[in-house]
Amino acid sequence: MSRPKPKPKPEKVERDEPSTDPYEAEVRQLEETWKRPPGFIGWLSEVNHVAIGRRYLVTAFVFFALGGLLALLMRIQLSRPENDFLDPDLYNVIFTMHGSTMMFLFAVPIMEGMSIALVPLMIGTRNAAFPRLNAYSYWVYLIGGLLVYVCFLFNMAPDAGWFSYVPLSGPEFSPGKRVDVWAQLITFTEISALAAAVGTITTVFKQRAPGMSLNRMPLFVWSMLVKAFMVVFAMPAIVVASSLLAMDRLIATHFFNPSEGGDSLLWQHLFWFFGHPEVYIIFLPATGMVSTLVTAFSRRRTFGYLALVLALVATGFIGFGLWVHHMFAAGLPQLGQSFFTAASIMIAVPSGVQIFCWLATIWSARKLRLATPMLFVLGFIFIFVLGGLTGVMLASVPIDLQVHDTFFVVAHFHYVLIGGAVFPLLGALYYWIPKLTGRMMSERVGKLSFWVLFAGFNLTFFPMHQLGLRGMPRRVYTYKAEMGWGDLNLLATLGGVLLTVGVLLFVGNFLWSRRRGLPAGDNPWDADGLEWATTSPPPPYNFAWLPTVQGRHPLWEQTPDQPVVVGLRSDRREVLVTRTLDAEPDHREVQPRPTLVPLWLALATAVGFVGVIFTPWAIPAGLILAGAVLVGWFWPQVDQDETLLEEQP
Amino acid sequence: MKGRFPISRLWWRPAMNRRAIERRSPGELESRLGRRHSLARAFMPGQSAPALAVAFGWQSVLDSAGPQAARIEDLWWVYFWVCAAVFVLVFLALVMAVFRGRRGKGDPTDPGAPHPPASERRLTRTVAGATAATAVILIGLLVATVAASRATSSLPGDPLTIELTGQQWWWQVRYEDPTPSRMVTTANEIHIPVGRPVRVKTRSTDVIHSFWVPNLHGKRDLIPGRPSEILIQADRPGVFRGQCAEFCGYQHANMALLVVAEPPETFAAWYEAQLQPARPPSDALQQRGKVVFEALPCPLCHTIAGTQASGKTAPDLTHLASRRMLAAGTLPNTRGHLGGWILDPQTIKPGNKMPAVSLGSDDLRALLAYLESLR
Repeated sequence: MSRPKPKPKPEKVERDEPSTDPYEAEVRQLEETWKRPPGFIGWLSEVNHVAIGRRYLVTAFVFFALGGLLALLMRIQLSRPENDFLDPDLYNVIFTMHGSTMMFLFAVPIMEGMSIALVPLMIGTRNAAFPRLNAYSYWVYLIGGLLVYVCFLFNMAPDAGWFSYVPLSGPEFSPGKRVDVWAQLITFTEISALAAAVGTITTVFKQRAPGMSLNRMPLFVWSMLVKAFMVVFAMPAIVVASSLLAMDRLIATHFFNPSEGGDSLLWQHLFWFFGHPEVYIIFLPATGMVSTLVTAFSRRRTFGYLALVLALVATGFIGFGLWVHHMFAAGLPQLGQSFFTAASIMIAVPSGVQIFCWLATIWSARKLRLATPMLFVLGFIFIFVLGGLTGVMLASVPIDLQVHDTFFVVAHFHYVLIGGAVFPLLGALYYWIPKLTGRMMSERVGKLSFWVLFAGFNLTFFPMHQLGLRGMPRRVYTYKAEMGWGDLNLLATLGGVLLTVGVLLFVGNFLWSRRRGLPAGDNPWDADGLEWATTSPPPPYNFAWLPTVQGRHPLWEQTPDQPVVVGLRSDRREVLVTRTLDAEPDHREVQPRPTLVPLWLALATAVGFVGVIFTPWAIPAGLILAGAVLVGWFWPQVDQDETLLEEQP
Repeated sequence: MKGRFPISRLWWRPAMNRRAIERRSPGELESRLGRRHSLARAFMPGQSAPALAVAFGWQSVLDSAGPQAARIEDLWWVYFWVCAAVFVLVFLALVMAVFRGRRGKGDPTDPGAPHPPASERRLTRTVAGATAATAVILIGLLVATVAASRATSSLPGDPLTIELTGQQWWWQVRYEDPTPSRMVTTANEIHIPVGRPVRVKTRSTDVIHSFWVPNLHGKRDLIPGRPSEILIQADRPGVFRGQCAEFCGYQHANMALLVVAEPPETFAAWYEAQLQPARPPSDALQQRGKVVFEALPCPLCHTIAGTQASGKTAPDLTHLASRRMLAAGTLPNTRGHLGGWILDPQTIKPGNKMPAVSLGSDDLRALLAYLESLR
């Protein structure tokens, strides 16, 4: 009953036709079914993926700004030797908060936000799978972020580093509540990321438009899929680690206490088994963005689609075999070190393949357009290749033993994380914000912001390579004038100011575009993805008629008589479920209506995990509350009741 | 050649070339170093020229003073030039790709059309070739790494053994000897004989620290409950600075140590001097200082061999005056700094475990006289 049938394309429907038109009537019905309830309560009960994705993006960007502000404070402190702008305690809190914010509250969530906002549009479905779980993941993330920043105001913010090595973070050397707050921040992030990842995997596997077999899936979607799988496999390690740490601290277990038979190195294994894949969880989505942007602005099919997919999957696997390169200085057996050196070097191959394929696509462009998003891609290639090469250096045990935990490493990972993830992300935002808001951002300001960011970035982080080689360790709140590190540090601080100006230009451009930006139209870039086949911003049901696909670049390859999907009921929230491999229509699924249940469950979770900082009894309390809310969550909804999982004939 | 390329020296050199400093006359050195660099000035009286020359590049990865650091420095330059070449090639490819892409080829109004197979095949071959070249380069670098790893993990010769214990935020140094009475305990300053390997056993009693003297070798973590060891060796005399490289809390930034590499005979003399118990006070002022020391809480934490002071939780002071720095590399060991440190350690190194004591000026003068006599 959901077979694709030839129909006029949705955009052909004239909106001002008389209301007797059956299409018009159906669109009105869809709008009625998918709209969110009015008012503030309606806003809180939102389950639409674009809305949740937008909230993710805005929230993550706010945390990015806060983390950047903290970085600026550190740069001011380090701008000259023996500065007393920050005292050591505050400095330690600030670098811990900077790292934790950027990793857990910015980088991972903003990629989740991009995934939640864009993947369902790109694969041509009405909403993401598990809409309530999506909403829940956002609320949990928001509560975790608020928790740690509220604690910051009360001088309870963590100070043992974003990696919280034991025994320093253990009960003996970090009394007080600071590290507990950190551990709970991690817990909230884990839950939120796992919930979002499960949703992404299900959406991608089961809700693709008919015809979008796995080998036609957009590379952006591939990257989000691999990322989601990495989240599913990496997060349990940090779940274990942070739970054991919390138990050591709160109920006096001794998992990490060497004097009671525990092991302080165990923490590092668990942490980095999560921590290194984490880097790729941030980086892989960025490669998906780059592939999309390169293709759109080169106006040709992506060169080396298969190689790019395989590179993503290979990175996803190898990414789990590198964690020990964070621990070379711990003195592990040499044979083991050689293995991790080899793996760390090997992961440069898939990255190389990706770079070469993008270069080949640009090289053979039909007409390369250097719009702002594309500038960010070019900047990304420049910076990321540099960062990747220093990464190859760090994979070498002897070199790593010298520069590990110095500013060389700080330079390296800012090159791969800012260059490798933030630059593509900003490019991607320039590219997709018109879709999400309906307004174009200014090209002139966009290009200016790119050049300011590019210059500011290199000015900030390039000198840090040299600082590291001259012996400056990380995480020091000051240094002696005699060390001769002052000039380069001052340079880096000036670069940081420039970097801030660049970010402000971006934010200003965005705010300006909300009011004054040119209307974007459906497809301002004349791009290939399905997300451009609907209005900007998309209606809550995404597509009036679900599209079908016959290639990797749907809008570039569509025929004038391209079929659309009909047969989904418009009087309730139905989505089309297709088969995993070939995306053949399988059945219809009814999605839940907007509801406050995700928010209640997030609050119940918060009772347990925030409360446990103060008393272990909060865990049973939170569990009971969550159990009560879950009864409501699983209570059958009337319109689902009628026809659950109607198999197609 | 030995991997030391003059051009790279120009660009990456430490702020001032060490050898250039050595060539200068002592007077010129003093005027160059002394004015701006109080640490260097602290070394001036009675120090030999090589010890002076360390104020620049004395914590630099690229100014090796031992066989292992030299090997790593060589490996670094191999990596540096290979990576620089790769970066330049990729950058050129990017620039050319952008120029070609801007010119464009084919009909941009039909972006979905397949590309001509011939040009796609050429591109495929190029990408495959670049990937293969990447793999070959990486394997070459891997081989160089494994070779350097092996070379730096052992040293020929009979090693001197030192037990190094990291504590928040200082280093205890104990020279091991089969005869217990010939063991020496000191703090924050390691003397080693030039040309002889030194086995450093790394220990920690609280949190994780990391022992790192870049001019000699890479770092090794000091992990509580996990004893480990690392070999180092200096090939030339000099004073080399090391700094804790694993975040260890409040005063991680001020947890430095000095490695003083000396000719074997100088080292032997130093060792003999360290074996002696503390000098007894030689005048009334010093005698009064000793009384002041013992009346204050000092002996609860500090040891002065040959006296009743035998605390173990803080640095051994038996030969305090022979050391160059105070408070784990925080201050030069001068009378003024020592006095300031005793009166107000929490302003100089906030959060460290030494409490402030209140002292009258006469008592302080006596105490300083006594401590300064502990050579």
